[in-house]
Amino acid sequence: MDIFEKLKEKIVSKIDCDPSKVTRDTSLIGLGIDSLDTVEMIMDLEEELGVELEFDEAVTTVDDLVKFIEKRLKEKENA
Amino acid sequence: MSFRIVSTGSYVPEKILNNEELSHMVETNDEWITQRVGIKERHISVDEPTSELGYKAAQRALDAAGVTADQIDMIICASITAEYKSPNVACMIQKKLGAACPAMDINCACSAFVFALDTAAGFFARGKAQRILVVGAERLSATVDWTHRSTCVIFGDGAGAVLLEKGENYLSSRLHSYGDNDIIRIPNYGGDSPFYKGPIEKPVINMHGQETFKFAVKSICRDIADVAEDAGIKVEDISWVVPHQANSRIIDYAKKKLPIPEDRFYLNIERFGNTSSASIPIALDELNRKGCFKRGELLALCAFGGGLSSAACIIRW
Repeated sequence: MDIFEKLKEKIVSKIDCDPSKVTRDTSLIGLGIDSLDTVEMIMDLEEELGVELEFDEAVTTVDDLVKFIEKRLKEKENA
Repeated sequence: MSFRIVSTGSYVPEKILNNEELSHMVETNDEWITQRVGIKERHISVDEPTSELGYKAAQRALDAAGVTADQIDMIICASITAEYKSPNVACMIQKKLGAACPAMDINCACSAFVFALDTAAGFFARGKAQRILVVGAERLSATVDWTHRSTCVIFGDGAGAVLLEKGENYLSSRLHSYGDNDIIRIPNYGGDSPFYKGPIEKPVINMHGQETFKFAVKSICRDIADVAEDAGIKVEDISWVVPHQANSRIIDYAKKKLPIPEDRFYLNIERFGNTSSASIPIALDELNRKGCFKRGELLALCAFGGGLSSAACIIRW
């Protein structure tokens, strides 16, 4: 499963922007995504994937968030 | 046997602090506060202690019902900002009202008003009371760090009260506690014991916004579904959702998730900020005085906050 593509889809629908604007290096704040928006997207993903992703890291870019989610999913798989 | 709500009252102190004024106190601005928490202004007590706010709200509820203080069998006050560790806020309200009944506080942070209603329901069920006054009163301006821009913009002062009488309109409830002092905490050591060697933290609200947000939205959605089921109704049958006014973003998320029309969620945080345990009774009083409630309508009250705690109930108006 491509977490970046999933997240990109969520960001595009949340802020209604051109998908080309969302790259891995894009800053979340630069897109107008604040920390509560981030939590909302994580909660939506939790619901879709059926897992709980404890969110306790500061993230700046889209890639930071992708890596965080991938790390948590891997931890869940290995648990 | 439970209760019915006979009347409501509320009171907020006169001084209003708007976002523009706040922007001169800490590095913030109206746009950030509005987008982030949905607050434009909050009321601040300059010289009224918590019990004075609670007393004024309680007196208004009694006046609305034409009931005198000597006719109340109990006062329960939800608060985390008592002016004294002892006496409690309820005793000070009792004194100011000139009542003579038992009076006690419930400390469950922002969930406390629903915990207090549930406590009252227990006294009615045991036949110990005919009339109970339940108050939520907070002076949060005294417990926020006014140099911390993420928290000081959120909170406000105020009080709300409901007068309850024996009845059958409290249909269901759920109370939850999840002991945790990391996500939300207000330290309380104010002594100068020569023996105490532990940490001394400033007695102000510490809160992790993202974790609180996640806890809150999950609690609202789950608790409302649970109390609806317990009451034998569908979530869609709820006429009004009166949520704790913590952050408009929390309520917006719940609106998306619950099958209840958006205009049935009451929101007044824009004018009062987060008044903790006072927010639900203030909202109830506003709705009631505007004539929004029709007899027989089903209200869902839901709250969440420090403890961690959450609570919800269904009340028939």
